[in-house]
Amino acid sequence: MSDFQTKEVINAKYITEETNHMEYQEGMEVIPHDIMDEVIARRNSYDETAYTAQDVMRALRKDSLAPEDFAALLSPAAQPFLEQMAQRAQLETRKHFGNSTMLFTPCYIANYCENYCVYCGFNCHNKIRRGKLNPEEIELEMQGIAKSGLKEILILTGESRSMSPVEYIGEACKIARKYFTVIGVEIYPLNSDEYRYLHECGVDYVTVFQETYNSDKYETLHLGGHKRIFPYRLNAQERALMGGMRGVGFAALLGLDDFRKDAFATGMHAYLIQRKYPHAEIAFSCPRLRPIINNDQINPKDVHETQLLQIICAYRIFMPFASITISTRESNNFRNHVIQIAATKISAGVSTGIGEHIEGGESKGDPQFIIDDERSVEAVRQSIYDAGLQPVFSDYIYAG
Amino acid sequence: MKNDTFTLGGHEFTSRFILGSGKYSMDLIKAAVENAGAQIITLALRRATLGSIDNILDFIPEGVTLLPNTSGARNAEEAVRIARLARECGCGDFIKIEVIHDSKYLLPDNYETIKATEILAKEGFVVMPYMYPDLNAARDMVNAGAAAIMPLGAPIGSNKGLATKEFIKILIDEIDLPIIVDAGIGRPSQACEAMEMGAAAIMANTAIATAGDIPAMAGAFKSAIEAGRTAYLSGLGRVLDKGSSASSPLTGFLAD
Repeated sequence: MSDFQTKEVINAKYITEETNHMEYQEGMEVIPHDIMDEVIARRNSYDETAYTAQDVMRALRKDSLAPEDFAALLSPAAQPFLEQMAQRAQLETRKHFGNSTMLFTPCYIANYCENYCVYCGFNCHNKIRRGKLNPEEIELEMQGIAKSGLKEILILTGESRSMSPVEYIGEACKIARKYFTVIGVEIYPLNSDEYRYLHECGVDYVTVFQETYNSDKYETLHLGGHKRIFPYRLNAQERALMGGMRGVGFAALLGLDDFRKDAFATGMHAYLIQRKYPHAEIAFSCPRLRPIINNDQINPKDVHETQLLQIICAYRIFMPFASITISTRESNNFRNHVIQIAATKISAGVSTGIGEHIEGGESKGDPQFIIDDERSVEAVRQSIYDAGLQPVFSDYIYAG
Repeated sequence: MKNDTFTLGGHEFTSRFILGSGKYSMDLIKAAVENAGAQIITLALRRATLGSIDNILDFIPEGVTLLPNTSGARNAEEAVRIARLARECGCGDFIKIEVIHDSKYLLPDNYETIKATEILAKEGFVVMPYMYPDLNAARDMVNAGAAAIMPLGAPIGSNKGLATKEFIKILIDEIDLPIIVDAGIGRPSQACEAMEMGAAAIMANTAIATAGDIPAMAGAFKSAIEAGRTAYLSGLGRVLDKGSSASSPLTGFLAD
């Protein structure tokens, strides 16, 4: 632990609009950039208008898809083939996952944030109630969630190293281990030794949303805080695997920039990571922009449900073995259908506020975004059954 | 053929169909087991969390031998840990070793599997290693104390059938333990073919789980496996390419 205390903590306050977003700050671990360079190069050269119906049909006829086929499936030319894509995606999902649908819930333990991301409800300039749970409250929160029968938990914090240090998160994970068999984190990016520490605390899965893979756009959306540093964030999954994590999750926040290019970059990022780390379990999330407190004008722009389904099917067909999570941001109806086609993991009993699972307790902090599907664990479980699928609460065993 | 049984770690079985329990709804497991006539059912320990909702263990009919697997293990050490947990959970002494650190094809790591076999066999487990059909690795597993060898027919879940047929034949010829073809079997005819070759048993999951009627497909596999077994025991006749052939075209000149 002394390792983390002696390490210079990055003071996010000093990272402002003037800071070069492509330059690592002190304390940030630098690893080889081969994957990042290739993801960016491929994103930049991806011309979504260059694909034809023939390219899409060829991709759908293939047993195993190459990146170019994935690019075709994400292009506007593939939109008329959405039904065929959904059928192929369903076939792949059944082959690899049968009719299982994994259930989990996110657990927000703190919402302090040092970043200024213009689209996010947690950003440091948004006037919302801030809070964090102490260990006793975390224990109660976990007990509250565990009562629902859930066995998988995703622990989240706002991105503040000073208010939610790695040790604080580690302690929360140790508590979580008592109640859950699968623990993931979605927190600020760490160095590989810090990921190793969290792995020892019981964490196996790390999700980091890159938001957009367009570094120029990224700069204009992330005006301050350590999150502004683009390469440190992009290489987080690789550092997590270097730290012994079992699986890593990828996502672009669809609608921030050209969503087809971002979806392509997300898939390529995962693809290259899996080639370099063949044991890595790959997961995709597919978030679209949602309205936030104090700004209900934020919308997913041109990413409608049709486009979202196209992206999800393209991920499934390109990487049939990957886990795909469908967010509570989406409607009940969309979620019910997409688990029958391509998604394999669904959240339930979700609250994005702080401490809302504690019985009789009051929320200690406001939510990150406004959710759409507010159904309980039992209601989601029942709808999985009704769809002819099988709800799976535990699909993992912590083996070290 | 009446007493046609095979033995795993001192336990005798008449059914040569090992059924998987993953990838389909748990309330169908009972009907699938019955139609399959299966005496052994595999389950992933990671799915069998005690005390949780929808625990798979609650859906497995009594009297069926549990064959927990170590799926999720990336090396020998993790496989050993999961096997011990399985025993503690009351899943018995049978263990199917799966060591996989390739998330795309889910191909087993023979080297780590041999190591886990050795450790677990010494601890009294009935060890059934899932492996890539390599004769040298199979011999090592025999020496390490395996109770059977479970070579893959094709990548798991691929339903591609006996893609490794020639290598499985070699194992059947050279290894004295039961050879149980596991993974890749997509249809009953492929299961039948493996049994005709002399496989001791078939393990199947995805082919049944993805069928339109799961219990009916379990029944179809049962018939195919029995037909293949009967054919093997009966001694398959020659299959001629075309027409007939002289009985001894080269040696007919011999007078004595």
